[in-house]
Amino acid sequence: MNFDFSIFWNALTSLNYVNGAVLAILLAVLAMALGIVLGFLIALARISGKRWLVTLSSVYVGVFRGLPTLLILLLAWNAAPQLIPALRSDAYSPFVAALISLTLVQAAYMAEIIRSALLSVDAGQPLAARALGLTPVQTMIRVVIPQAIRIAIPPTGSELINTIKYTSLASVISLRELLTTAQSGVSTTFRYAEFYAAAAIYYLAIVTIVTVVQAQLERKLLWTSKDVPSAPRPEPGTVTLDLKGTKA
Amino acid sequence: MIPSTIEPLLSVSDLAKSYGANEILKGVNFSIKAGEVKAILGASGSGKSTMLRLIALLERADRGEIVLAGRRLGVDDRRGKETAASERQLAYQRRDVGMVFQQFNLFPHMDALHNVALALTVVQNVRRREALEAAAEMLNRVGLGNRSHKYPRELSGGQQQRVAIARALVLNPSVLLFDEPTSALDVELVGEVLKVMESLAAEGMTMIVVTHEIGFAKRVADEVLMFDRGSIIEQADPETFFGSPAHERTRSFLSHVR
Repeated sequence: MNFDFSIFWNALTSLNYVNGAVLAILLAVLAMALGIVLGFLIALARISGKRWLVTLSSVYVGVFRGLPTLLILLLAWNAAPQLIPALRSDAYSPFVAALISLTLVQAAYMAEIIRSALLSVDAGQPLAARALGLTPVQTMIRVVIPQAIRIAIPPTGSELINTIKYTSLASVISLRELLTTAQSGVSTTFRYAEFYAAAAIYYLAIVTIVTVVQAQLERKLLWTSKDVPSAPRPEPGTVTLDLKGTKA
Repeated sequence: MIPSTIEPLLSVSDLAKSYGANEILKGVNFSIKAGEVKAILGASGSGKSTMLRLIALLERADRGEIVLAGRRLGVDDRRGKETAASERQLAYQRRDVGMVFQQFNLFPHMDALHNVALALTVVQNVRRREALEAAAEMLNRVGLGNRSHKYPRELSGGQQQRVAIARALVLNPSVLLFDEPTSALDVELVGEVLKVMESLAAEGMTMIVVTHEIGFAKRVADEVLMFDRGSIIEQADPETFFGSPAHERTRSFLSHVR
């Protein structure tokens, strides 16, 4: 087997790879954060019942789920500056173009996840909140969203993992993320296996961390008291009533 | 005791509601004085739950009036003329009406204490510490002082319903509505919830209770109302209502429930 471990190890421990990984994580996390905010608004529009909002948001989701992410990156980096002269400035870097592209794509996917999470909260929940006098906004923030988050976490974790992998597409617009770093190593040495393997290790490490964090988040949202992890059903009956509040 | 000659606390007149072509409530009239308990009987679909939801302002009536303590609910009369109240105004008007649901509808992401305290802090702007103290006291009153840090899924149905009663009660509503509060409970858990409700009645809480618990209606209600196909067909004190029901529909209903 022709695999040079010293080349692999040097690549793995090089600052270029660390920088590439940091850039990939930064891009993915930012795109997801912005995508969740935008996706939430699109989800609200989709369930608003207002016809033009429903149409507009449905078209958005259709377009950005329908187009290949690679094409969107090329449109953002090459086509947009051709159409909009302001984008020809240096401030419009490959990172900014990639961030905009991935945000627009993730917003479409997150809109669908958030919409179904909001709709799967039991209808009795907002009803009870309204009966207590909570306004529609308070009902959303205090009662519906916390329950929707729990439902949305597993698919959102998958989307974050997808986004981390999608950042590799930004190599086509010369963003120096992990894959570009590997490519440039390859292009000077033709040691494909070693440089690609080093990149693979980074991706796997990042995704593993995301998975662990997600599992911990899910455990935190079990909604049980901490001292009773198994939550035994209480015995019925044996109730002492103190309605006059004398013991209190 | 409260003298029986005073104005009704809550009165409903010509209240009507349709869902599509289906007229669920066909212009209902009744009133309740402070401290009274009304039990409402009727088959499912007879409009009794719909009436509670209209009074609780959870749905808008097609026509009719709801007047609570001299103020008309569901309308905005601030500019001299009456228009339909906005969702925000409805939220404000709902403060005076408490509602307990068949399915409890506790918030699963909060423990019992925070379920009870939520609206105090969010709606009534009570400080967090005082709200938690008031909530703890209210849980004591329904016999759940030792369960305040349990989440709803760790409580039995009867306990959940008692938390739900505490949650409504802590806001100090002037009238409390119960929508079949024991129908979703296992038989052996019904008693503990009814016991709490009876104590509330004894303390002078004004209550409208949609129920199939005949025993509760007999013991506790000042008046029993029979709903049938969107109308009140019979209305009498429990002795008359259960002893010598006037309406044939009431007689056949009672023979099925007992």
